[in-house]
Amino acid sequence: MSIIKTQNLTYLYSTGTPFEIAAIKDVNIEIEQGELVGIIGHTGSGKSTLIQHLNGLLKPTYGKVYIDGQDIWEDKDTIKSVRFKVGLCFQYPEYQLFEETVYKDIAFGPKNMGLDYSEIHRRVHDAASHVGLSEAHLSKSPFDLSGGEKRRAAIAGVMAMQPKVLILDEPTSGLDPKGRDTILNMIKNYRDSTKSTVLIVSHSMEDIAKLATKVLVLNESSVAMYGTVDEIFSKSEEIIQMGLDVPPITRVFMGLAKHGVNVSGQIYTLEQGKVELSKLFAGKCTQGVEGT
Amino acid sequence: MIKDITIGQFFPGKSMVHRLDPRVKLILTMTFIITIFLCKNFFALGIMLFSLILIIISSKISIKLILRGIKPLLFIIVFTAFLNIFFMSTGEVLLEYKFIVVTTGGVFTAIFMAIRIISLIIASSLLTYTTSPTMITDGIERLLSPLKFMKNGVHTVAMMMTIALRFIPTLIEEFDKITNAQKARGANLETGSLVQRAKALIPIFVPLFITSFRRAYELAFAMECRCYQGGEGRTRMKQMKTGLIDIYGLAFMAVILGAVIFLNYSYTHVI
Repeated sequence: MSIIKTQNLTYLYSTGTPFEIAAIKDVNIEIEQGELVGIIGHTGSGKSTLIQHLNGLLKPTYGKVYIDGQDIWEDKDTIKSVRFKVGLCFQYPEYQLFEETVYKDIAFGPKNMGLDYSEIHRRVHDAASHVGLSEAHLSKSPFDLSGGEKRRAAIAGVMAMQPKVLILDEPTSGLDPKGRDTILNMIKNYRDSTKSTVLIVSHSMEDIAKLATKVLVLNESSVAMYGTVDEIFSKSEEIIQMGLDVPPITRVFMGLAKHGVNVSGQIYTLEQGKVELSKLFAGKCTQGVEGT
Repeated sequence: MIKDITIGQFFPGKSMVHRLDPRVKLILTMTFIITIFLCKNFFALGIMLFSLILIIISSKISIKLILRGIKPLLFIIVFTAFLNIFFMSTGEVLLEYKFIVVTTGGVFTAIFMAIRIISLIIASSLLTYTTSPTMITDGIERLLSPLKFMKNGVHTVAMMMTIALRFIPTLIEEFDKITNAQKARGANLETGSLVQRAKALIPIFVPLFITSFRRAYELAFAMECRCYQGGEGRTRMKQMKTGLIDIYGLAFMAVILGAVIFLNYSYTHVI
């Protein structure tokens, strides 16, 4: 059974005013347990609206959302449990930190779940180790941390609820390359060790190609494509037509293929690129040797 | 909750009302409101209502929106109307039950007051519906420019007003964002005792304050980087110009005012 399922999900903003607009329309997706789904799309394509439906922050205008096979709006009291099942970490989550210490801030979610002290303690340390924050960090004020550390502390605050599904909205935006890699590795390790489902909204195709198992492409408020990374990036032309980017390495290989070089245009990680190029040059070299 | 408040919102457009010079529009709105209070009888008030409908039509703002602006104040309108029905005792008696006496005078006054309040709300919300906040503050600044001799006066106040108005939507957006983020961590804002609910706001207000201070610094730096020095010798990108349309507007208002004064004196006996 799929962990997340939406049925004709539609959401209208500002109903009844001249500004009425569909943020998402007729979204039907099914996400299996344990996937790492990359969500890509333009600004305004409905990514943020979609993820806010998955943990019940927004109520669909039409359509249904099923988490674990259960319609989340069937019963009003289930909404709170959905929030703990689907952990949502917004963009720039460091601006939600408020407690005196990092420890207390990470403990905010588990405390709201009504867990007992020892369990909260265990979860806070668990989450902190997932994001690489030390004991010394936990006793500091969150406002004394560096930008990257703040970001990690905030993500730990969501991880500490141990949700079945973790959704991260652009977790790497505004960070330097090193901070970005740290966060991406951390997410990968988190998924490997907890076997939970992870959804990442991102503008970086490179990150998605590297990390994700499935890709969801949103365009003009609807689902344009959903499939494995191979399936999606084999349609690079279409993605570019939507005004979205493909990984830089894909661009290089598409360009090479266009100019008559004998390589595949469907390369989307550096590793694949290396293999493809060495294949090409291996052929060239032997030919060269034979020629002389 | 916050989304329901329409007063103060701006709906861009190109209608006659939108194109009026903001200074003229401010003066016209003020005169209109004063004229509403000058009305002494139904004929005069009828003229006001009729001209208000004309203005609404020419502003091309949908009736639905205007009615929505009245909705939050409906209680006050009904309440004042009721008070008038029961406590005015002029004219013929319509109904008598123990100490409750309803008279024609009371009913008339109630209707009169209700129409008056509704026209007031519509007139003032039409101003904000058709004028952007910056235009309004610019207009106020220009209207108050005779007070320039005051130290740190008009310009500073107008700039503060502009900035404050400009950041209301930003703060609301920020508030919503932080609320959602904390709700996603299971914050409970809807239930609990008063103390619990007040406590539940801490996780929202602490980040909101910190963000506001950060924004204030950033804005101050950005203004300094663009050599902002205050109002002295500053010119404007959008020069306000009065045109034919403003003359029409003023003439229209003058006709209404004249008609109201005339009707007030012609029919002194109807309320």
